[in-house]
Amino acid sequence: MARALINVPKTAKRGDVIEIKTLISHVMETGFRRNSAGVPYPRNIITDFKCTYNGEEIFRLDLFPAIAANPFITFSTIATDSGTIAFEWNGDNGFHETASATISVD
Amino acid sequence: MADETANGISRRRLIGAAAGAGLAATVRLVPAEATPASMKAAIRNVVGEAPVKKGKIRIDVPVLVDNGNAVPLTVEVESPMQADNYVRAIHVFNELNPQPNVFSAHLGPRAGRARISTRFRLADTQTVVAIAEMNDGSFWQASADVVVTLQACLETL
Repeated sequence: MARALINVPKTAKRGDVIEIKTLISHVMETGFRRNSAGVPYPRNIITDFKCTYNGEEIFRLDLFPAIAANPFITFSTIATDSGTIAFEWNGDNGFHETASATISVD
Repeated sequence: MADETANGISRRRLIGAAAGAGLAATVRLVPAEATPASMKAAIRNVVGEAPVKKGKIRIDVPVLVDNGNAVPLTVEVESPMQADNYVRAIHVFNELNPQPNVFSAHLGPRAGRARISTRFRLADTQTVVAIAEMNDGSFWQASADVVVTLQACLETL
């Protein structure tokens, strides 16, 4: 079971640039590794990450096998309004995980 | 020549080629390894025919890496990030992993600051290239050299 950790400031001043950090547990199997019999492990990665702020997309990331296991992603946004910042990860084998945080802006 | 075969390849040349192929197979464990040429192709795929200028990007990555399985990487692009002047996307590429892409980030003026951090894998000592796509369609590039002692991607369990 995948588990996501997110770090969003609880409060911010309007117009401030806030930093958002996310970490999700995932093997990110590249598909290039082989076992001792030479059989490759099938690829199993997160391919897509998306962040929305009150429903509007503010950040999107395409991930490739070169991203390390347990993808850690840091980015920033401007605190515009109080509301919800939602996160979504999608990947191989129907992997789907969501998380969200609330922020109050004054 | 006496040992020339019907299709014109001498026995000696054939043996030499086979030995060379065997050697190449032992040195290069993964056939799908990205070469600088495939990185160039991946970059062309993103920028098209547009010229790529040097500058505006700062890549923060360790010069010497013990473990290529998780290398911290920060890419920052100089930009005011205003509605009329912002970074549309940041793409990161590598030369020698099995695949040339690392990530493609899509952002906009609401980002406030064009800085992204993550952790990525490096299969070998190589050059990492970051490309920034601005809202006016221009492309900027920077690169960083990383020395890797423990390689990622290729190990067997």
